[in-house]
Amino acid sequence: MAVLELTNISRHFGAIQAVNDVSLSIEPGQVVGLMGDNGAGKSTLVKMIAGNFRPSHGTMHMDGKELILHKPAEARQHGIEIVHQDLALCNNLTAAANVYLGRELRRGVGPFRILDYASMYKRAGQLFAELKSETRPRDLVKQMSGGQRQAVAIARTMLSQAKIVLMDEPTAAISVRQVAEVLNLIRHLRDQGIAVVLISHRMPDVFTVADRVIVMRRGRKVADKTIASSSPEEVTGLITGAIEQV
Amino acid sequence: MALTIDQPIEHKQQSLAARLFASQTFWVVIAVILACVFLSFATDAFATSKNLYNITRNITFVAIIALGMTFVIITGGIDLSVGSVLCLSSMILAVTMHAGYSIEVGILASIATALAIGAFNGVLIAYLGFPPFVVTLGMLSIARSLAMVASNNTVVFQFGPDHAKLLSLGGGAWVFGIANPVLYMILLALITGFILRWTKFGRHIFAIGGNEHAATLTGVPVRQIKVAVYMISALSAGIAGIIQTGWLGAVTTNLGTGMELQVIAATVIGGANLAGGVGTAFGAIVGAALIEVIRNSLGLLGINAFWQGVFIGGAILLAVLFDRIRNFRRSD
Repeated sequence: MAVLELTNISRHFGAIQAVNDVSLSIEPGQVVGLMGDNGAGKSTLVKMIAGNFRPSHGTMHMDGKELILHKPAEARQHGIEIVHQDLALCNNLTAAANVYLGRELRRGVGPFRILDYASMYKRAGQLFAELKSETRPRDLVKQMSGGQRQAVAIARTMLSQAKIVLMDEPTAAISVRQVAEVLNLIRHLRDQGIAVVLISHRMPDVFTVADRVIVMRRGRKVADKTIASSSPEEVTGLITGAIEQV
Repeated sequence: MALTIDQPIEHKQQSLAARLFASQTFWVVIAVILACVFLSFATDAFATSKNLYNITRNITFVAIIALGMTFVIITGGIDLSVGSVLCLSSMILAVTMHAGYSIEVGILASIATALAIGAFNGVLIAYLGFPPFVVTLGMLSIARSLAMVASNNTVVFQFGPDHAKLLSLGGGAWVFGIANPVLYMILLALITGFILRWTKFGRHIFAIGGNEHAATLTGVPVRQIKVAVYMISALSAGIAGIIQTGWLGAVTTNLGTGMELQVIAATVIGGANLAGGVGTAFGAIVGAALIEVIRNSLGLLGINAFWQGVFIGGAILLAVLFDRIRNFRRSD
């Protein structure tokens, strides 16, 4: 069964139709590349799944149940996690503190509860180990490489039982070597049965790691096919409009 | 070699010594100690119990507010109104008690005033997006003016039925001959340190200073926390005002004039970063101590008091210089 299913989703801002009648379904453990030019409606679509916007029309279902989100926190409760393009990390805090930001572990009773450093370090360390990342829980984020920072942002999504992880341009601003590192992180998520939606401009990344590619143009879904049955040339044509629809 | 999971977890960022040497607070402590040693030999008056009593007590008023200011500065904000809030809180206390109310009522009214002002600052900054500098600059003017209105710009030195209690609260030395204000300062510093290190609230304050946008995205209640830090800052000014009233035994409307600058100086010298994300309770105390030792030593060494500003300003620049040098080294 699809972990997430969108049916005839539309979203308009005034007269502008940002997303127009898009239907798609995402299976567990699947990496879906979401591609499209600037303004194609990728971000709007993702923001609806993340609970930032509500769809003007259409419905979303998660594990067969209707999904209605009023704010991002609710999306998180349903197991939808986002890795923001800028990663949303605090440089002055440790890796573990960033992983747990906003949902810190505490111990104690009633109002007398203090931060549980030991547990947070331990669990963050386990997550980095699962991701095969060399990131250390006590290191400050400001001293980290782009790949390590990605690992911190991705480890954050694994804290709760995430079912689907939305990644916004995770490889946009990092070095070639680190791109490989990030793609590995995505594979680790997939291997744990987590669905990953990878929003990217970089054709090679999508073709390396994704199982499926969805292309959007001017708010509409113009292609949705397996990677094996597509090619970078075809996707480029779909993005630019040289190929109308497949 | 395969790493076991415990190795990276147990790995500390730097050794204790390296961390110590990299900390601005550590060097300020060294500066304070060196200055004290030097002054003990250079002057007869420094190492007397009376002078040390004076110094420790003088540190407290700036230090207590610096503790509150630390919260604000860690979030990347600034509170210029603390001097005026100190004056207004003192005046509310004085006027209430002068009117015949008990010390409890007076303190309650004074604290409530401070918290209300802090909440007002915080709401304008957090919810309406006013720059902290502007809001608190406005409040600097407003609070002092309100103090003048409350007292009709007179000096209040009679505090009604609980007069003696108030003077003993601020001027007494209940434990081991340590001045009461020093005890309050130590208590408040411990509370501040605990909050910053061990509570979720403290963690979120650092997160806001490090990357406010990230804090918002990860579900940190940024606005509520910002209101809270300005209330804490005003509260610390209120508390300092109450203690100072008890110590001085009189309140004038120019109490705490220019104090905001001393407080900010103490915080920055102690290692807090005005850009946000860095600061400690201990640093605030040490910063206040350095300022007071400089002030005191100039007097004892017979240097004209007009030079005070130069030395304190120099200490601020020196403290920030150390920070810059460390950053240069790191970027190499």
